[in-house]
Amino acid sequence: MAAKEQQTPLVEVKHLKQYFDINVGMFATKPLKAVDDVSFTINKGETLGLVGESGCGKTTVGRTILHLYKPTAGEVWYDGAQIGDKRSLAEFRKKATMVFQDPYSSLNPRMTVADIIAEPLDIHKMYANAQECRDRVLELMGYVGLNSEHASRYAHEFSGGQRQRIGIARALALNPGFIVCDEPVSALDVSIQAQVINMFDELQEKLGLTYLFIAHDLLVVRHISDRIAVMYLGHMVEMAEADEIYNHPLHPYSRSLISAVPVPDPKVARENKRIVLSGDIPSPLNAPSGCPFRTRCPHTTEKCAESMPELKDLGGGHFVACHRSGEID
Amino acid sequence: MSLLEVKDLHTSFFTDAGEVKAVNGVSFQLEEGKVLGIVGESGSGKSVTAYSIMQILAGAGKIVSGSIRFRGQELVDAGEKVMKTIRGNKISIIFQDPMTSLNPTYTIGKQLMEAILLHTDRNKEQARERAIEMLRLVNVNEPEKRMKQYPYEFSGGMRQRVMIAMALACEPDILIADEPTTALDVTIQAQILELMKSLQKELGMAIIMITHDLGVVAQMCDEVIVMYAGSICEQGTADEIFYHPCHEYTKGLLRSIPAVEDNGEKLQPITGTPIDLLNMPKGCAFAPRCDAAMRICLREKCERMQINKDHAAACWINVAQAQKGGEA
Repeated sequence: MAAKEQQTPLVEVKHLKQYFDINVGMFATKPLKAVDDVSFTINKGETLGLVGESGCGKTTVGRTILHLYKPTAGEVWYDGAQIGDKRSLAEFRKKATMVFQDPYSSLNPRMTVADIIAEPLDIHKMYANAQECRDRVLELMGYVGLNSEHASRYAHEFSGGQRQRIGIARALALNPGFIVCDEPVSALDVSIQAQVINMFDELQEKLGLTYLFIAHDLLVVRHISDRIAVMYLGHMVEMAEADEIYNHPLHPYSRSLISAVPVPDPKVARENKRIVLSGDIPSPLNAPSGCPFRTRCPHTTEKCAESMPELKDLGGGHFVACHRSGEID
Repeated sequence: MSLLEVKDLHTSFFTDAGEVKAVNGVSFQLEEGKVLGIVGESGSGKSVTAYSIMQILAGAGKIVSGSIRFRGQELVDAGEKVMKTIRGNKISIIFQDPMTSLNPTYTIGKQLMEAILLHTDRNKEQARERAIEMLRLVNVNEPEKRMKQYPYEFSGGMRQRVMIAMALACEPDILIADEPTTALDVTIQAQILELMKSLQKELGMAIIMITHDLGVVAQMCDEVIVMYAGSICEQGTADEIFYHPCHEYTKGLLRSIPAVEDNGEKLQPITGTPIDLLNMPKGCAFAPRCDAAMRICLREKCERMQINKDHAAACWINVAQAQKGGEA
């Protein structure tokens, strides 16, 4: 959690939409609104946590920001410049990278660790000779706690935690300013998770990185993030400082999400009043009208079916998208 | 007599690379109506312990020695005929992945009825009624309609409910839940855990809850077993394990998860990497990763020591402390 004072926006996302065409008949397609009008800013050196259930669009947000998908609509700005044409995109890709969820399938089994880490350097022609490349790879491996003797080995020779370190070294190769971390610790064992989380923290301090940290484990997200955004069915429903959202969630969905977190403390767990939601998350192909959460919300009214509530600042940077945010306590 | 008594269980997998001792001398007892949690990392032997109880180990796996007694009846050498009367009937299991545990080519109803027809002497019509009743019990709405649907028409949480319904259809005495909510979202996890808890109270069965999530353990379990590298390192009531951990591994685990009252402090991870079961160290399996390891830890395996009546651990540090206390 580096330097909160710096409030210069690094990544700005404005009205981002990402629709996928899904075949519903032989010739008919229907848009699946994976991300529907999401806007937010991430400041320099800040970590924004993005949480929500599977299918809520959090991974799609991360990928669309990096233009791994071409956005259906909306803008992405990086360091004051809009990303769009080919040239700005090529520049942007050097500065914004990604760490993937699955350390098993995101590393090529036929490449040595050194080759995997050097690949971004190759693509962007970032070195003058082989020695320079080699030095950079070893430096990167040092950052993530791997030895130089690991360089000639293959990914399958490593444990999950070490593989994730390789993935992180690769993401750091181009000296990026911004990293999208898509569930980087959820495939790891508890004892290894903490090692990797601490490494993210240390690298941020050392290299001044900015993270978009996507995860579903709320305790982990809260630990690493400065601010947290909650998504539901392609919409952002709440965003605030990490402690604020954890202690005073305002959106009924965030409330149930936070109350559902299994707390590793038996006495607290016994007293904890969980808000158990009924039903499942609706299919994004048949999203409900108005507020997407209204089908599972205990406080729903007629108004909720009519219009989608806007994301409003309720003061202190606490944003909520709920028609009844002032009424329910 | 305990409901289930496991004594010095050894289960190994015989692979080309050698014998992998997945479970290495595990003993515990399960009493009627209790929830026992088994926690550990991947490869700690928690699932293999459960599969050994059910005797559903994969081809290369074998129970090498030890005893498993269900209401006093020995199961290890009992043979397939006896196991068929136990499995699904007296002891049921729910698997981690609700997506792959159901047969995609049969309707939910057929799969539920299969379990009931196999284990009880109900006829087809009664089995159908029972299946619908079970679906209703696990809060699947419109059970009559759902009976005719296929697994792909169900969401993950719904499938896990069906798995629970199937496991409970014959009113087992013990339900083994092998990471039942790991594949599910938090809000769905909360639904399933609440459901399991209320069913456990209602039906009075015992549950063995296998998980790596300490939060789930805190919420569900009366007693906890912590496993590392095939052995039990600590065992006790949930309160004892969480508030007075006595094994360095348990302490490390608890330190490495973000606290409820997170104050931005650095997490304290356990150093090193999980153990390679093919190359087990001579002494305590955790010693190579343990910050407090002493010379004896590398040399000799520690025996389990009773800390108090609700708590036992296998850690040399406790032995050393007890000796110091004795001298003083």
